[in-house]
Amino acid sequence: MSTAVSTASPRAGSTTSGPRRRRLGSTGIVYLALVGILVVSAGLVAAQGGSFFSQGNLFYLLSQTSLLGFVAIGQTFVILCKSLDLSVGYVVAWSSLVAATTMAGDPSRIWLGVVAALAVAAGVGLVNGLVISKLRVNSFIATLGVGLIIKGYLDTQFKGPSGEVPKAFQGFGYTRIGPVPVSVIVLAVVMVLGVVLLTRTRPGYHMFAVGGNIDVARLSGIRTDRSIVLAHVLCSLCAGIAGLLIAARFGTGNALVYTYGYDLNSIAAVVLGGTLLMGGRGSILGTIAGVLILASLDTVFNVLDVSPFFKDVLRGAIIIAAVAMYARRQIDPASSRARFKALAQSVRPGSRGGPGGASSPDRTGPAGPGSAAGPENPSATTGKEATR
Amino acid sequence: MSASTPTTSPTTPGGPQATTGNGFSRWVQRVTSGSTWTVYALLIVVFVAILVMNPSFGEPMSIMAFLKKASPLIVLAIGQYFVIVSGEFDLSVGSLVGAQVVIAAKLIDGEDSMTWPVIGLMVLFGLAVGLVNGLIVTLLKVPSFITTLGMMLVLYGAIRLWTGGAPTGSLTDGFRQWGRGGLPDTPGQFQVPFAVLITVVLGVIAVILMRRPFGRTLVATGDNDVAAAFSGASVWWVRTRAFLFSGFMATVAGILIGGYAGVTAQVGEGLEFMAITAVVLGGVVLGGGRGSVVAAMAGALTLEALFTLFNQLSLPSTIRPAVQGVIIIAAVAYAAMPRRSKAVPSPPAGVPEPTVPKEPQPAAP
Amino acid sequence: MTAPTAGEGVTAPLLQLRGIGKVFFGNSVLRGIDLDVRPGEVHALVGENGAGKSTLMKIIAGVHQPDAGTMELDGKPVAFASPLAAQAAGVSTVFQEFNLLPERTVAENVYLGREPRRFGLVDAGRMARDTDELLADLGLHGLASWMRVGSLSVAEQQIVEIVKAVSYDARIISMDEPTAALADQEVELLYALVQQLRSRGVAILYVSHRLKEIFDLCDTITVLKDGDFVLTTATADITPDQLVRTMVGREFAGYYPDKDPGTVPGAVKLALDGAGNTQVDGIDLEVRAGEIVALAGLQGSGRTEIAHGVFGVAPFTRGTVLLDGKPVTVGSAREAVRLGLALVTEDRKAEGLALEQSISANARLVLDAVTPGSSDRRAKAIPGILSSLDLVSRSKDAEVQYLSGGNQQKVVLAKWLVTDPSVIVLDEPTRGIDVGAKRAVYDLMRTLTARGVAILLISSELPEVVAMADRILVMRDGRVAGELPAGSDEETIMALATGAGDTSEHVEVDLSALDVPVGSSVRTARPAHSDTLQEEK
Repeated sequence: MSTAVSTASPRAGSTTSGPRRRRLGSTGIVYLALVGILVVSAGLVAAQGGSFFSQGNLFYLLSQTSLLGFVAIGQTFVILCKSLDLSVGYVVAWSSLVAATTMAGDPSRIWLGVVAALAVAAGVGLVNGLVISKLRVNSFIATLGVGLIIKGYLDTQFKGPSGEVPKAFQGFGYTRIGPVPVSVIVLAVVMVLGVVLLTRTRPGYHMFAVGGNIDVARLSGIRTDRSIVLAHVLCSLCAGIAGLLIAARFGTGNALVYTYGYDLNSIAAVVLGGTLLMGGRGSILGTIAGVLILASLDTVFNVLDVSPFFKDVLRGAIIIAAVAMYARRQIDPASSRARFKALAQSVRPGSRGGPGGASSPDRTGPAGPGSAAGPENPSATTGKEATR
Repeated sequence: MSASTPTTSPTTPGGPQATTGNGFSRWVQRVTSGSTWTVYALLIVVFVAILVMNPSFGEPMSIMAFLKKASPLIVLAIGQYFVIVSGEFDLSVGSLVGAQVVIAAKLIDGEDSMTWPVIGLMVLFGLAVGLVNGLIVTLLKVPSFITTLGMMLVLYGAIRLWTGGAPTGSLTDGFRQWGRGGLPDTPGQFQVPFAVLITVVLGVIAVILMRRPFGRTLVATGDNDVAAAFSGASVWWVRTRAFLFSGFMATVAGILIGGYAGVTAQVGEGLEFMAITAVVLGGVVLGGGRGSVVAAMAGALTLEALFTLFNQLSLPSTIRPAVQGVIIIAAVAYAAMPRRSKAVPSPPAGVPEPTVPKEPQPAAP
Repeated sequence: MTAPTAGEGVTAPLLQLRGIGKVFFGNSVLRGIDLDVRPGEVHALVGENGAGKSTLMKIIAGVHQPDAGTMELDGKPVAFASPLAAQAAGVSTVFQEFNLLPERTVAENVYLGREPRRFGLVDAGRMARDTDELLADLGLHGLASWMRVGSLSVAEQQIVEIVKAVSYDARIISMDEPTAALADQEVELLYALVQQLRSRGVAILYVSHRLKEIFDLCDTITVLKDGDFVLTTATADITPDQLVRTMVGREFAGYYPDKDPGTVPGAVKLALDGAGNTQVDGIDLEVRAGEIVALAGLQGSGRTEIAHGVFGVAPFTRGTVLLDGKPVTVGSAREAVRLGLALVTEDRKAEGLALEQSISANARLVLDAVTPGSSDRRAKAIPGILSSLDLVSRSKDAEVQYLSGGNQQKVVLAKWLVTDPSVIVLDEPTRGIDVGAKRAVYDLMRTLTARGVAILLISSELPEVVAMADRILVMRDGRVAGELPAGSDEETIMALATGAGDTSEHVEVDLSALDVPVGSSVRTARPAHSDTLQEEK
């Protein structure tokens, strides 16, 4: 046995060759899908004698991307933490109002307006994060509740568009540098910051850990409550930036922005981008691809003059289909340890899966059955307790 | 369900709470030990408040008018209860209600003879939506949040695509009577609204169902779907049936709302969150396995009563959502609190079950 | 036997435990435990289920705090308030439940919570380099820092856990049954790593049931029994036979009910012929009406997988299942229930009960789920069944999560008894329950067999297997290693299950080759009080 000291069994590597090798990640798939959609779109538009990649179309696509993009980047942080933010739409609306009313048409108050809007947004995020981590309220309920509180305040306080954004700040909404709108450049900056945060800083690493398994994170000395609060503050800040952009584009603040569906659309973009709704896996680049896919669909339907309602139908179907596909990929054959070959020597009729089999307990996987199906993993009782 | 726990139960000898127990504090403990009690207490408080503000609210006619208005939300809460108690969500009910009203208006189009065939069609459509939701969630393993969110978008778009944006057609009186009429059919007199009768019937059916094997299996599945599967339950079919009920209830709610308020483009908007708020207010736990359908209905009634109270207080109707938000957070935070004291959260050192000398290891090959 | 001897007396102990005691809910589960762990030593901690190994491990890991005794590290007294504190002091523990994030890479897992930084940013390059270096140092060439942990095999994940411990500069690493979930070839990987660690002067505390591993790897063995310290010995000074004898055996006269003289095995109820799937292979077994057949073996030897195969939860893909002589296909638990099968699962809380529901709701769960039409009628039998099981509870509406382990198990039994099954599979039916409830389970088994029910008993409690079973099948590595008659002694079973007697080579154990005379088991007189320590809530 002294021989064993020098090297590990070389067979170790070969016992599980297969899916452990680098494979096309979810992000890769989303970008492939994006390219596919762009190609098909270009083809469809070309068939009608137009050009999908005309400057006007690209500008439209990019403006659509930037608005949802900010919100979706923020949403990525919270979803990575196995949380959720349904209040973003109201934050967008509120920050647009705060910015516009603070600026009140006075160019010298631009920065004051920006800071005020972002401070309000961050405050909402702080409340969300604290309610979720300290009061242990399910994130769905917590952010829905906070969102409704803001809605009540906005509806009561602002009967219509309010405030005035100085011309100088409206440039944030309309100015382009070359073909690229300023808002897209800001989005790119936020995106880079987000990517750096998630892939190059401890708080980012810890968000993945909190979403992946909060007990493991805690056991590793991570202050999990802080991660959750930080994610929510960042999420609301991103929504606040989107609010600033709205204010710049409209020239005024508007409460009705919350009807634009940023909450659910941002969640849709995030999951479309391959981030797990159950947390622990995902990327901002994937989210951006998700946003681009939604914006491309928007654009092509716009160009082709297709009913915007058809867009909703398609969007709903695509989201479900994408998540169903991810759910299928999640069933990782490598995670089940086969002691004997699964191949049937004599196939018995009883070996069929059947509907009962599909939902019956299967202890070979790392997660319990239904983990992908339910809003909460029934086998993770600690998580269940925590989210009540 | 008075979830009296060993730690808070007055019968526990020597418990810290037991020593302080006079009659009143025991009552307080009982009310505060489970959120189911809280909803009834809150309902009573709100009703008393309304009566103080406006004694005429206690008259039978006012009560009936209030119940008629509350009926659709109660019906939706019943449907949402089935789904939530089984451990899932249904976000598609709001847009389904909207879709059903629009479908009714467009297909009936003022034609009396069409009323019943269209109602039949609506029921089928509601069940179909529930079936699709259920199958996608259980068989394709798509989280119900995403599934029903997608369904919400699809329904929203499809209906507007079909009608070209704004609702067309009109409803017949035969259709609308279910939402606004009553027995005896003499306007101005005291009458029991059909909506209330329908709600009571559906409520009774729901209570009976929850006491039947199906109901118990549903709750057990929401509590622990692995144990349910090991006990021979077809988990996929159990949950799918919950979605079928939800689709059906949304259809009924659509008929009631269409009758009560008529056809608009906005009908149904935000109802899914209202229904979830109502159910959660009733002490039903998100994630499944806990809560009663009667409490969920009481939650819906309480929510509507609160809105009525705000009218009495001449608060702007726009403040409603804010109150809804405060209530939903408070209710859930409150329900989470006693749980924290008894289900000791894993300390920072959260290695499984620190309090139990658990020698035998769960073999998890 | 070439097990190296530890240089006792040469090196001072790194970790020294003296008189450690632990009390749970008034029950003393550990008493006066002494333990010396020296640098570069692989120290086995052995004992039967319930001996207190895991509790001791958790005390060393900082999960539990001892109620008596002292713990010294490097001669200085220590008290670990949490696993983090223990880890910081150089004492790491690899638990059976992995503390890894499957979606993250090896490097990210190893450095979780203390990622190296440069200019405020995580230095991913250094993290990867350090991890790869560590892996190379330990001779782990099959692993790389960038691999996603979820794509690794169970053995490799275990190794990542150990690498994580090493990266904390752990001087003591304790491992709780590290091979329980590993296949043979994977065990080698772990062996190599343990040897490597030893050569670096790391002390390893190794909890295992597998005698082969203990004699292959360990320098020193400490035996616990029923919460007491029995002995510490150099591996070279003890034989597998002696070790088994030290571990097992206790007084149980009058504890297990005798078989009713009228109970005679009848026709074959359940038969497996060459059954197998990915976890078990070539399983032949028969259970007759009125017979108790036990499946013995170690954790992970495939016993539970047979139960799941029979019950259609993870169906067999090969061979035949016969019920009353007729071939049947059981594709789901639902079909199994309809065929008159019942399965009392191993993990009561995760698989057996809906914990937030009432006693009566749980007791009628199977009826409700499978035969809703006749559920109400048949459920009338439940109160009688519950009272025949002596279920103690204030009310039938009490939620089962507040019941004791024994009462919870009675609810599980009731839910199956009410279906009137003809074959019952009991997977660890007495695990974690008090002595009174155990007795009730044994009585029930006798009553059922007297009525002609066939019972397949899966158990790690050897005295239980020996006393209750009519025949004993011993499992090892997914196959039946041998069949033993009723009354076989514990040592023979343990030897067959662990592969004792072939500790140096890979040879199939042949029964005749074992030099253990039947009935020679050593039984020390000891009251069966240890069973009460197992009460779970």
